[in-house]
Amino acid sequence: MSQPVLKIRDLSVSYQTEAGPLQALRDVTFAVPAGKIIGIVGESGCGKSTLISTIIRLIAPNARIGKGSILFKGDDLLRMTSAEMRALRGDEISMVFQDPMTSLNPVRPIGRQMADVQHRDALSRREKNARSESMLGRVGIPDPAAQLTRYPHQLSGGMRQRVAIAMALMAEPSLLIADEPTTALDATLEVQIIHRLQELQRDFGCSILFISHHLGVIAELCDEVVVMYAGEVVESGPMRDVFLEPRHPYTRKLLECDPARIAEPTRDLPVIEGSLPNLVQLPDGCIFRERCPKTIERCGLQRPRLAGDGHQASCHLLDTAE
Amino acid sequence: MSATAGTVYRIFAGLKKDPLGMAGFVLVSLIVFLAVFAAWLAPYDPLEVDVYNRLASPSFAHWLGTDQLGRDILSRVLYGGQVALRVSLLAISISMAVGLVLGMLAGFGPRWLDRVLVVAFDTVRSFPTIMFALAVVALTGPSLNTVIGVIIVTSIPVYARVVRTQTLALRERDFILAERAMGASTFRILRHHVLPNIIAPLFILASMDVPAVVGMEAGLSFLGLGVSPPTPSWGSILNDGYSYLRNSPWPIIAGGLPLIAVTLGFTFFGESLRDIFDPRLRRKDQ
Repeated sequence: MSQPVLKIRDLSVSYQTEAGPLQALRDVTFAVPAGKIIGIVGESGCGKSTLISTIIRLIAPNARIGKGSILFKGDDLLRMTSAEMRALRGDEISMVFQDPMTSLNPVRPIGRQMADVQHRDALSRREKNARSESMLGRVGIPDPAAQLTRYPHQLSGGMRQRVAIAMALMAEPSLLIADEPTTALDATLEVQIIHRLQELQRDFGCSILFISHHLGVIAELCDEVVVMYAGEVVESGPMRDVFLEPRHPYTRKLLECDPARIAEPTRDLPVIEGSLPNLVQLPDGCIFRERCPKTIERCGLQRPRLAGDGHQASCHLLDTAE
Repeated sequence: MSATAGTVYRIFAGLKKDPLGMAGFVLVSLIVFLAVFAAWLAPYDPLEVDVYNRLASPSFAHWLGTDQLGRDILSRVLYGGQVALRVSLLAISISMAVGLVLGMLAGFGPRWLDRVLVVAFDTVRSFPTIMFALAVVALTGPSLNTVIGVIIVTSIPVYARVVRTQTLALRERDFILAERAMGASTFRILRHHVLPNIIAPLFILASMDVPAVVGMEAGLSFLGLGVSPPTPSWGSILNDGYSYLRNSPWPIIAGGLPLIAVTLGFTFFGESLRDIFDPRLRRKDQ
């Protein structure tokens, strides 16, 4: 297999708060292989957003990158100057945002915004428009030429998200980061966008880092999945393995909570008891211990490490089981 | 260009539905026309003295009568319009341009720069304008350029503060973040994304600011701080008329009416523009 497009190793990021440093990411390690779709799943506050904003270095001013490396095609993004990062963004690394209602400039026509994304290319306005048009066609927008003169508010949410995807793919990036791109859309559109993303991924051969808290979407779309909890990777591996044989108790719980898996109608949807630990004062031992259904003595003493090859999980129970 | 043609079309389509705005537009056009072509339209030389015909009431020879030196008031009002429009055009365009740049710097730049600029804006605004003008005139002597300068300095913070607030609101918006994620530089974001979002409200503000500036020029000229005596200005016409109010009301009426017309015209037109360009209202008619 070829070299991964993105390789994150032991990445730690904290936010400076009045109470002390909030450790948003701790020792995050995973890789995005070339031409694959990787899903990152986890509940709100698990560090998904911090992770992507660290990758494209658009982090909040109070964020501190502690240690680790983010290798993009072999170069460490954390060592790059802000000018080098800016050259990468929108060219080699692109991004699609969560809410298409707010991620397009409301006062400029679609065509102007799409031409604007091509600011690095020395093309005439006509050539840029032609490229925008063909790109809109590829993401499945009917009558693309007519859309170029329309404003975002004249398009539906699904159309806008397609426009955003077209803009992100304009420079044919090696890595597309999609931050919950279907969360703001309804279910039928979600499926359409997912299938379109799969097609586009095949056409362009790019890798996609897909962030979601929707397990069904991840299962449908991704080749591999990374499960995050409270700023740590608790399990990662090929989608099939993780979904069929989850090793970490959190992943198991998460799967149990997926409404799509519940056969009988019920008012009491399953939940994971408890809430996220305080990330300013981290508990000793395993981060999931307080919500875990089967803790052993070792869980309170020692922090588990990711173990296994291919399909990895960080849980002490795995050692004792074998 | 088609975009400007579209904008012009939209303005007229909007004005058609808004009779008050249309009235404002007609009034504004009329004032601009009269002032620009004053040299051709004025029946007399505004400086020509006719001592046998002092303080005459309106007649066919002098439509608005004559002042205390027998000068034709209609001609003076027309030429006074030139002064008023020149001052407002120059002062507003310069203060708007400077305010735009400073406001975007304050709104988008580092926090210390924002603090420094806001303190500077507040300092300038804390002087009462007339007091400030008096102080400057005392130092430099009365002239039209002083009036323009004073108006520019006192108006910059008004524009800059509006631009700053708008920029601050925009910088947190998702599409600005999206642009950054697509590799746009700060300058590019300001030029292509912040500017188009704030320029329309700014022009509307400017259009509503015209009466204030014209009033300011008239006021300073009335106090003798603006144009030097023989030059006609609405303010100096009022001042001349004020001293002879017992003899003839016409100079005061003639000097005051254009001020009222400018205020009404630009305010109605500006409000109509605001309605036309407000994107929340725009959506309804499409």
